[in-house]
Amino acid sequence: MSAETAVQEVKKSEPLFSKKNRKLITNPLDIDNPITVQVLGICSALAVTTQMKPAFIMALSLTVVTASSNAAISALRNTIPSRIRIIVQLAIVSLWVTLVSELLKAYVYDVSKQLSVFVGLIITNCIVMGRLEAYAMGNKPWPSFLDGIGNGLGYGMILMIIAFFREILGSGAIFGYKIFEAAGIHYQGNGLMLLPAGACILVGLIIWVQRSINGYREH
Amino acid sequence: MRQSNLYIVLYAAMLTIVCGGLLAFASESLKEKQQENIALEQKQNILSTVMTLGENDNAAELYNKRVKAFVVDFKGNVVEGKKTTDIVVEAEYKKPAQERLLPVYEFRSEADPNKIEYVVLPIHGFGLWDKIWGYVSLQSDFNTIQGTVFQHKGETPGLGARISSADIQDRYKGKKVFEGEALASVEMMKGEGNDYSSEQHKVDGMSGATLTAKGVNNMLKDYLACYENYIKKTKQP
Repeated sequence: MSAETAVQEVKKSEPLFSKKNRKLITNPLDIDNPITVQVLGICSALAVTTQMKPAFIMALSLTVVTASSNAAISALRNTIPSRIRIIVQLAIVSLWVTLVSELLKAYVYDVSKQLSVFVGLIITNCIVMGRLEAYAMGNKPWPSFLDGIGNGLGYGMILMIIAFFREILGSGAIFGYKIFEAAGIHYQGNGLMLLPAGACILVGLIIWVQRSINGYREH
Repeated sequence: MRQSNLYIVLYAAMLTIVCGGLLAFASESLKEKQQENIALEQKQNILSTVMTLGENDNAAELYNKRVKAFVVDFKGNVVEGKKTTDIVVEAEYKKPAQERLLPVYEFRSEADPNKIEYVVLPIHGFGLWDKIWGYVSLQSDFNTIQGTVFQHKGETPGLGARISSADIQDRYKGKKVFEGEALASVEMMKGEGNDYSSEQHKVDGMSGATLTAKGVNNMLKDYLACYENYIKKTKQP
């Protein structure tokens, strides 16, 4: 795929949040969702969703990384030799991920300890690489940046839904706050929800619900 | 041109230099801040084995006021000219037990600075997958465990990783490390949900994490043996 065959050509006079650009953010939330439609990034969706707090930070970090690597790769897209483009993309992604991780370590040490390996795992997240290959290599930096934000949010939204059900059913809490205990009800956590299998079932249910609402069919 | 080998090699080299430079710069400029965090965390860990730290407690201040830190050798003698901050427990762990330099953190009474209230001892070992470490604090009888902190690098989340939770660490509270004059340590048993409250040297296990528990047992035994001479010397009859 070469940069010349750009999928979308954004004219200079186009406003920053034109209809087309807004679509870049809203589409991944629903009909183009990275997890439920493209089925990317499943691995981390299963790994970090036992509690809502790490899921939230993960979603935030992924959004930052996807948006900034998308913008960086898009700016470089006309210079990248196609034979080594994957490794160039990987280098840029790792650069951002390492910077995010170093900043977390310096300024929010508690959170960085809680996330530990998860931040590093963003490098291997299929969504980031997927957006770079499918979008940033053929589009201008600003739309690419929005596309990254959109996909990060689409990923984050599903992550939060899964984490909500897993945390409340698995450990009876929301954001670490034990609601059943506070209400004086004894709640025996459902162990299945704490295992990756619980997340798999939830992803399946979410896909079912989403597709029955928006009528999406595989072509 | 963009497909020529020379271009590709130069492009890759430039990319490496730019990325490497940026990362090196970020790492160097954030290093001081990160090390401050690590040092503060260590102080918090040491204090949390002997007391419950509140949100508003200034761990650094409390540490400076109450904790006397020094280094001992295997024979229990204080090593002059070495500060605890110079000692990397992980590096000492790799040496044979007799040659290790061992940091000791004595928590002194507020009223009488010569009176030891608790003693906090760093420990280090190997779990199922990677290193585990922590602190164990003994009361002034140098026998009863006041508290423990365990940390791990790569134990299985939900199984062995539970050693870093308060739920597991609290099981060690009140257990004894000596049986008469002989070191007995505290052993985490296999299986979970058993009552060991009447046993002085046993704690309930972690279901599904027997090998991590074994690592914790070895770590405690290994390090308590290292500190045995120091304990016997310092213990007031």
